This record gives sequence, C-alpha cells and structure tokens, in this order.
Amino acid sequence: MSKARDFKNYREVVVGAVSDLAREHEDIVFLDSDLSSCITSTSFASEFPERFINCGIAEANMAAVAAGMSATGLTPFIHSFGCFASRRMYDQVFLSIGYAKRCVHIIGSDPGITAQYNGGTHMPFEDIALYRQIPDFIVIEPSDGESLYALTRQVYFSKKNSYIRTPRKGVAFRYDEGMKFEIGKGIELKDGADVAIIATGAVMVDNAMEAYEILRKDGINATVIDLHTIKPLDTDLILKAAKRTGHVVVCENGRYAGGVGEAIAAFLARNYPVKMDFMCVGERFGEVGNLSYLKEAFGFTGSHLASMCKELIR
Amino acid sequence: MDFNTLEMLKKEALDTRIKTIECISSFGSGHIGGAMSIVELITYLYYKEMKVDPANPSWPDRDRLVLSKGHSGPSLYAMLAKKGFFPLSWLETLNKGGTNLPSHVDMTKTPGIDFTAGSLGQGISAALGIALALRIEKKSSYVYAIVGDGESQEGEVWEAAELAGAQKIDNLIAFTDLNGQQLDGYTEDIIPMHHLKERYETFGWDSYEINGHSFEEIEEAITKAKGVKGKPHMIIMHTNKSQGYIPGEGVKSNHSMSVSPETAKEAIDALRKREEV
Repeated sequence: MSKARDFKNYREVVVGAVSDLAREHEDIVFLDSDLSSCITSTSFASEFPERFINCGIAEANMAAVAAGMSATGLTPFIHSFGCFASRRMYDQVFLSIGYAKRCVHIIGSDPGITAQYNGGTHMPFEDIALYRQIPDFIVIEPSDGESLYALTRQVYFSKKNSYIRTPRKGVAFRYDEGMKFEIGKGIELKDGADVAIIATGAVMVDNAMEAYEILRKDGINATVIDLHTIKPLDTDLILKAAKRTGHVVVCENGRYAGGVGEAIAAFLARNYPVKMDFMCVGERFGEVGNLSYLKEAFGFTGSHLASMCKELIR
Repeated sequence: MDFNTLEMLKKEALDTRIKTIECISSFGSGHIGGAMSIVELITYLYYKEMKVDPANPSWPDRDRLVLSKGHSGPSLYAMLAKKGFFPLSWLETLNKGGTNLPSHVDMTKTPGIDFTAGSLGQGISAALGIALALRIEKKSSYVYAIVGDGESQEGEVWEAAELAGAQKIDNLIAFTDLNGQQLDGYTEDIIPMHHLKERYETFGWDSYEINGHSFEEIEEAITKAKGVKGKPHMIIMHTNKSQGYIPGEGVKSNHSMSVSPETAKEAIDALRKREEV
C-alpha cells in the first residue's frame, strides 16, 4: 500500500488510493473521459490495462457505461472535471447510477475556484447541490492528502455511490500519517466558544484556520470544523458546535443554492436555530484567474472570513 | 427454421400480444405501440436464443437483455411472466401503486429485468457497460439491447455507438425498432432516421437490416452476427408500431393509448380472427 505522503498532488493521491484498492480487489475498474493525463489515471491504465477504459469525450455515456459495468458486480471509479462530472452527466448519474441502485464512484476534479486557468466554463460551484439531490449518495470533499487517501478507500468499502470532490494540483497535509477518518464524521480542529466555522474542502479549511488565528489575536475563540463529508451531514458535531457558540459560519467553495450552508441551515432551523452567515458564491458564474486572484475576487479569504465572524457575533 | 419451431414461436408471440393488451387494459392505458412492435424479437430471444434461468434471474453466466426503450415494458413483462420469472397475476398490477411492474423497466423491482431504463439513450450505454464488464470477467454471455428509432435521436446513443465500435465489443447485439413513429408523430416529419445501417457501419459496427416481424430473418441476422468477431452488432428491424393491437395499427398517435377492458376484448378477438386461431 502507498502512503498519502508519497504523492505530490491531490490527483496522485486519489488515483493512488484507487490503485491500492485495485491491487486488493479485482472488481475495481477505472473509466476516464479523455482526462486521464489530467488526473494521472494513466498510471492506473499502465498497471491494469484490462481494467481501464478511456471513454473519450462523452461523459454522459461514460456514466451510464459505468452503471452497466456495476450491474455485473464490478466497481467503477470514473473521472471528469467537476463541471462535466456533475452537469454534463447528471441525468445518467441520477437515473442509471442512483435510481437503478448501482455502485459507482465519481471523481469530480478541480471544484470551484481551483479550476483556475480553465476559467468559468470549467468552474463548478453547483456540483455540491446537484449531488446532494440524489438519494443515498455520499459526497466528500477532503481538505488534505491524508483524508483524501483514507476517504477514497472508505467510499469503496461503503458499497454506496459517491462523489469525490478534489483539486488536482498541489497537496497539503494537515493531518498526521495514520490518523483515522470516518465518512460522515467531521473533524473538530479547534473548539473555541465564541463562533463556529464549519468549512468544506482545502481552500475553505485553510481560510478557517487563518481566520481562527486572526480572531484569536482579537480575543475571539473560534471552533473550526473540517466537514470533509457533505453528505451524510455530521449533525451531531454541527449541533454541538451550534450549542457551544450560538454563531455558525459555513464556508464552501460552491454556490449558496443547495449547498453545504443551506444543508446546515435547514438542520439547525429545525433543531437549534442560531445566527448564521455563509461564505460561498452567490448569483455569479466562475471566471478565469489564478487561485489568489480568484480567492480575492470571490471573497474567499481568511481575513474576510474573520470579518464575517466578527460581524456575526457583534 | 423448421416448421414446428416457427409455429411454436408464432403461437407464443400471439399469446404475448394478448397478455400485453390485457396487461395494459388492466390499468386502462399505456405505451402499447412500442410494446407490440418488439414482440417477435423478444419471443425469439426468450424461446430460442437467450441463456437465462427464470428460477435464478441473477445467474452470473446468463445472457442479458437491456430494453433501452424502457417504456415498452408491458410486452417484456408479459414475456417474463410467461417464462416464469414471476406470477402471471402480476401483469394485472401494471402501474398501480406498490407494483413491481412500473411503466418503465426497473431492475430493482422486477425479476428478469437486467437494467433500469426510461430516460432514453441511457440503456444502450448501460448495455455496452455490461458487455465490457463481461469481457473483463472473461464470460461468454451475450448482451442484447433494444433501442427505439425515436430514441436514436438522443446524442447518447451515438456516444455509445462510437465507444462500442472503438472497443470492438462483439458480445453486444443491439436492435433498433425502426417503427417510424415517435410520441409526436412520424419520425419522417420530426427527425428522419434514414441510413441507420450505414450510420452504424461507419461507427465500426456489424450491421443488418431485416423485417422485425419475421422470425426467420431475426434468426438469420443473430446467427450471422454471432459469426462476426471484433465488432458490435446492430440489427435494424423494420416494424409496425402497435403491430397486433389492431385499433392502434396505422394510427399516428399510437405511442400511448387508452385501452379499456371492452376495447381490449374486441381487439384480442379481432387479432385471434386475423391470425386464424
């Protein structure tokens, strides 16, 4: 088995995890849609040529082909950029994979602003909302290499359909080697009593930690949660944080409509209403630029998050 | 095909048609046109060709049938009931709340249904996926798929066609039910589906064009297809929509029709008379 820290990019972590699984489990196959060099599934193809199919630039067909393959007992992992892995193949995922109760794992790469130079056409903010609509789907967005490796393995063992939202390039390691992760169980990184920041994905967990430090200097103690699983929602942890702080800010590299923030707001509205705010994209499409430009352009920065927290608890 | 086999197939096809009409009339309406046009094909497949075990519908070594034009479920349900996949009494539950026989085929509900379909274009992709999986698993089973001619207006059908050709997947035998009609009318008036045989050939398929109501031509095409290696197979079947449900034959709006018990009885009597049974 590989170690997550052997890899230099998220794409190698996720494909490495699938390859490790494939060495142990003959049912695993990998389907790509002419983006194998982008996610490095080329390494899977070299090692398991009979279990890799490049379906070409035809994502909808790829999704339904994967659904058919799962009907014989194979377990497909399929990949496209997040925009195509959600919008372009949605009806096929919804019906042939979800409704037909198949077992397929979908890797949607470069979520939100991490699409960077591919720009607005390739910048999925809505994939979270789309995948949240499909009954019994697991949706994960790990925030570092260790959790991405561990949770990619876990979705296989869950025997449920899943959507894995991950950047391709670069990798951060915020967690120790060998740390245990569990689908549906968020990680409490800080446990301050003044405000709770619930963040999903690498960009937002980074912002949350930066905001934590800024707030701490001003005498404000924040709870910080890495919500690596978007669905199912870790309602126990969210409720605990809401009760402790009375103020919740949800951060996601996605659009407000149907996103993580709405999911948490709906849960808390029923169970423990608190003051809330949301760092996310509003009525706006993506655009081209590097990550630091896009973080500023969309307000996805630690300093902005700290200001939002201060405003909320004022 | 010998005389006795042909007579047996004709008898079973007639019985399938009668049970399909009764099934749809038990609900009062349904997609009768496309269900009736594929009866010779499914009769041939289940009585002569396919390796299946009604007592063990998920037998891993079975042949598969994916009804990509998933709205044609009722005639396939009649066939599966006749073959013993489930009791004949289920046919009276079509489309009623809690049924195992929904309007569009559902693998999670109905024994013998090999894939869920309803959103047109997806079933042929899934059939290709099953065929690819069987090849990876080194199984000798065949995958049969039935695609509508109207359905073939969906781009996904052609995405599946290009990948199947590229993969040289020869355990996939697909059929296009070329009945010339779709929900809104004649394909000729909406999007003409010309040169399908040639289209598939350019996509790398082994392709045939036959009369879909002739058992002899169905048998000959499948036999030839199984002899061609390294290519997927497409058998274009010229059919009549609503064939055998006489009130719908030659009618423009026969995609989905009301079928009362009285109409059904008259239609079945007329069909028996025409078939001289």
